[in-house]
Amino acid sequence: METKVQAKGALSSSIRLKVNGKIYDLTVGKDVQPWHTLTHTLREKLGFTGTKVGCDHGACGACTVLIEEKPVLSCLTLTVECDGKSIVTIEGIGDPTSGRLDPLQEAFIEHTAFQCGFCTPGIIMSLKALLDGNPSVTEEDIKDALSGHYCRCISHYHVLRAVKDVIEKRRRNGSL
Amino acid sequence: MGRYKFLGRPTPRKDAQDIVTGRAKYLDDIKLSDMLVGKVLRSPYPHALIKEIDTEKAKKVPGVKAVLTYKDVPDWKMGLPSHLRVLDKKVRFVGDAVALVAAETEEIALEALDLIKVDYELLAAVYDVEEAIKPGAPQLYEEFPNNTLPLGNPWMGSPRVPEGLKELIVGDVEKGFKEADVIVEEVFAYENIPNPLPPEPPAVIAAWEDPDTVHVWLTSQGIYMDKISLYYIMKRKFKVVVHGCQCGGSYGSKGTILPIAIHTILLARAAGKPVKLSYTKEEHLTTFTLRLGSRIKGKVGMKKDGTVTAVSADWLVNTGNYSAVTQAQVMVGLGEAQLVIRCPNWNVRPKIVCTNRASSGWIRGFGGQELKSALLPLFYLAMAKLDIDPVDFFKKNAIKAGDGYFWRDGEWWVSRVIDFTKAIDAGAQAFRWKEKWKGWLKPVFVNGSKRVGIGVGVHGNADVGEDVAEAYVRIDPDHTVTLYVAVPEQGGGQRSNLCKIAAEVMQIPLEQVFVSPPESDINPYEFGLVGSRGTYAIGSAVINAAKDAKQKLFELAAKELKANPQDLETEDGFIYVKDDPNRKTTWRKAMGTMRTIIGYGRFEPDYSLCNFMISFVEVEVDTETGKAEVTRVVNATDVGQIIDQNCLENQLNGCLGSAGIDTALFEETVFDPNLGRIITTDMIDYKWRTFSNLPVIDNIVLETPFPSHEFGAVGVGEIATSPGPAAVVMAISNAIGTWLLSYPATPDKILKALEKQGGN
Repeated sequence: METKVQAKGALSSSIRLKVNGKIYDLTVGKDVQPWHTLTHTLREKLGFTGTKVGCDHGACGACTVLIEEKPVLSCLTLTVECDGKSIVTIEGIGDPTSGRLDPLQEAFIEHTAFQCGFCTPGIIMSLKALLDGNPSVTEEDIKDALSGHYCRCISHYHVLRAVKDVIEKRRRNGSL
Repeated sequence: MGRYKFLGRPTPRKDAQDIVTGRAKYLDDIKLSDMLVGKVLRSPYPHALIKEIDTEKAKKVPGVKAVLTYKDVPDWKMGLPSHLRVLDKKVRFVGDAVALVAAETEEIALEALDLIKVDYELLAAVYDVEEAIKPGAPQLYEEFPNNTLPLGNPWMGSPRVPEGLKELIVGDVEKGFKEADVIVEEVFAYENIPNPLPPEPPAVIAAWEDPDTVHVWLTSQGIYMDKISLYYIMKRKFKVVVHGCQCGGSYGSKGTILPIAIHTILLARAAGKPVKLSYTKEEHLTTFTLRLGSRIKGKVGMKKDGTVTAVSADWLVNTGNYSAVTQAQVMVGLGEAQLVIRCPNWNVRPKIVCTNRASSGWIRGFGGQELKSALLPLFYLAMAKLDIDPVDFFKKNAIKAGDGYFWRDGEWWVSRVIDFTKAIDAGAQAFRWKEKWKGWLKPVFVNGSKRVGIGVGVHGNADVGEDVAEAYVRIDPDHTVTLYVAVPEQGGGQRSNLCKIAAEVMQIPLEQVFVSPPESDINPYEFGLVGSRGTYAIGSAVINAAKDAKQKLFELAAKELKANPQDLETEDGFIYVKDDPNRKTTWRKAMGTMRTIIGYGRFEPDYSLCNFMISFVEVEVDTETGKAEVTRVVNATDVGQIIDQNCLENQLNGCLGSAGIDTALFEETVFDPNLGRIITTDMIDYKWRTFSNLPVIDNIVLETPFPSHEFGAVGVGEIATSPGPAAVVMAISNAIGTWLLSYPATPDKILKALEKQGGN
């Protein structure tokens, strides 16, 4: 966190977040309050509303984002703790400029691996962290990775189908 | 090859891209400029009078734009009959609304709530239905003596029976009991008041366009239902424009969003700015729609061959602090019972009772699941006495074409249904029921401390053709098709599937069919995407509108083709003469690029068809820990024609969640009568099923065409949660060898039952 003394002696500090590859410099006390959660900043300040607020107490997984490639509950993370960190939200996977989707997103579409879709962004982010760079993922690994995600419509079975499809295609293509 | 080009074929949902990229707009993703945050001050007491309320300090907090108490709000009432005030001098449950605040930020709103000073005079409270109806019990509403609400619903009756079905009286039960080989009399309850708990909390945005027009965005299933209800609640003085949006789960519950909508509308009016009022998960769990409490004191008579001779019961329904649609649920529940129990003699007397807890109401299963989960155990006891296989019983008792029943409108309907026994047989075969069934209170097998038992439950609903639906199908000057239908997306994929139905009629690629935003100002009337009415009722309106548009298109093409419109057909944007396909033209040529064609379609209610589902469950009980787990589920149904396999299968898998099967295992809202409040206030204390704990589910879906619309389909999604709970308690009883017909059958209850059995 960078702190500088301004002309009249008041302290102000700013933090730097990298969200989906873009740098955001935010002033604490103005753009972000010390008590703001990362969910709040992403949704209300930066406009990344793909990250959902379900329970807002760390129990449902809807707010999951990647921080330094690891899945994190953004509702239990203070924004000021993320200074200098690289964050990826659902809007940042695939290739947003060309519109090319991540294989996980494609598989979710193909298998209709959602119903109301509210839990979907969080689930995809956890799966993204699980699959990237991990050559051998078992069904148990998938279930473990998703065990903190609340899906009330019961789309679990189609989610599992979609993920297994991604893994199978990846295996056939010999790519990670 | 299927019968159809689009129906039954897997296609991506039209909103799939938006959902997987995070672009889909749910209520909380909508931002209006200058929008304020609304918050509610809630009662800490279950029953009290507000002696004094002081809001002066709260009003002075910079950034606070409105503070409302019962003194500031109009005399509007909600519920049926109208009884729930916007804000009242009296609070009736822990969490009841006391005051409303709108402020620039959430922090300011919360600070203002802290500064409102309230003095209460505490009143005695009552939580149990039978306590509540006793003389001298604390009274929630002066107008409802003995806390008992009137039955019937004037919105749902027929011209002959204006208030609809109030009780189920058919034949002569005394005569029926005399004909019975076995009579069982017992009390059973399904009163664990689970919360359907959609992931998205309930939320509303309201913005006044001018002093007599208000725009409301809400997480809802029925655009017009909300529009019309709000119009009447607000004394028919304002125009209400309702905007639906992507709904993050509802399972019926968000049908009771009107009190939140009224709070938001009034805050927005007082503040002169748009307001968003979004519930926290704690508010969702402690103040929003729970399942009805259902208690049956009943008696059934049965013959040796499984013929039911009489059903007599007092049905005590706990609706909590008010009733939004409980009367309608009771009406539908009574109707549904007759679709799975064929009996000439009924006498079921419901009683709707108010108590000092959060309200019960509208949830998937809509009265029928609550009634049946408490009623079916009586039949289990009778079947056990007569050694009747429950699958044989349900086959015999599933409704057949020509059977009659009283539906919610109080009218006697004669069923035109297909033969459901084929689906029962197919399900039983997939589950291997015959091999597994060892008789009542007998496990399938025992392995050390593990015992496996099986159970079966059924449900049916004649709501597939419920209420009126209207739709427009518009052929645009660019020759794409837009479907205008007031249906918000809540998870079943209905918006997408209605496009599929329109594509099938118009025979154009699905990519060229679009659907209008779910807003009341641009779409024609549609009752609401509730029950299982999407496929037959709404589908029929879409089919009729598409046919009307097609007819108008053919009239334009007929001249050029020198043919009668009725001799024409269309495919992929071409119009041709059926008998001479070489005589053809295109949509573009027929209508040009400066014309819009609008087709209109309407569906009139038809209660002569119903859906049906049977669920078979296998449960493993650990007799050392008392834990019961469902390891296998087979759901079987017949839908006439599948519209979309994935959407259908997803909805049937929904049998577990949203207050379904799991309400027999571990799901409950824990209400502590000593504290007078709900103690499962977060998603850690409220138990739910995780990815790590999934039984194997098979869904057997037959496609025997129904006499519905030209595609022969009916919907089934709503009822998926309903057969399961009663099936699970049957399976647990069979596994442990003693009756445990209690919801949820938690480890402590199972261990107690085993202990008692050992003691015997």
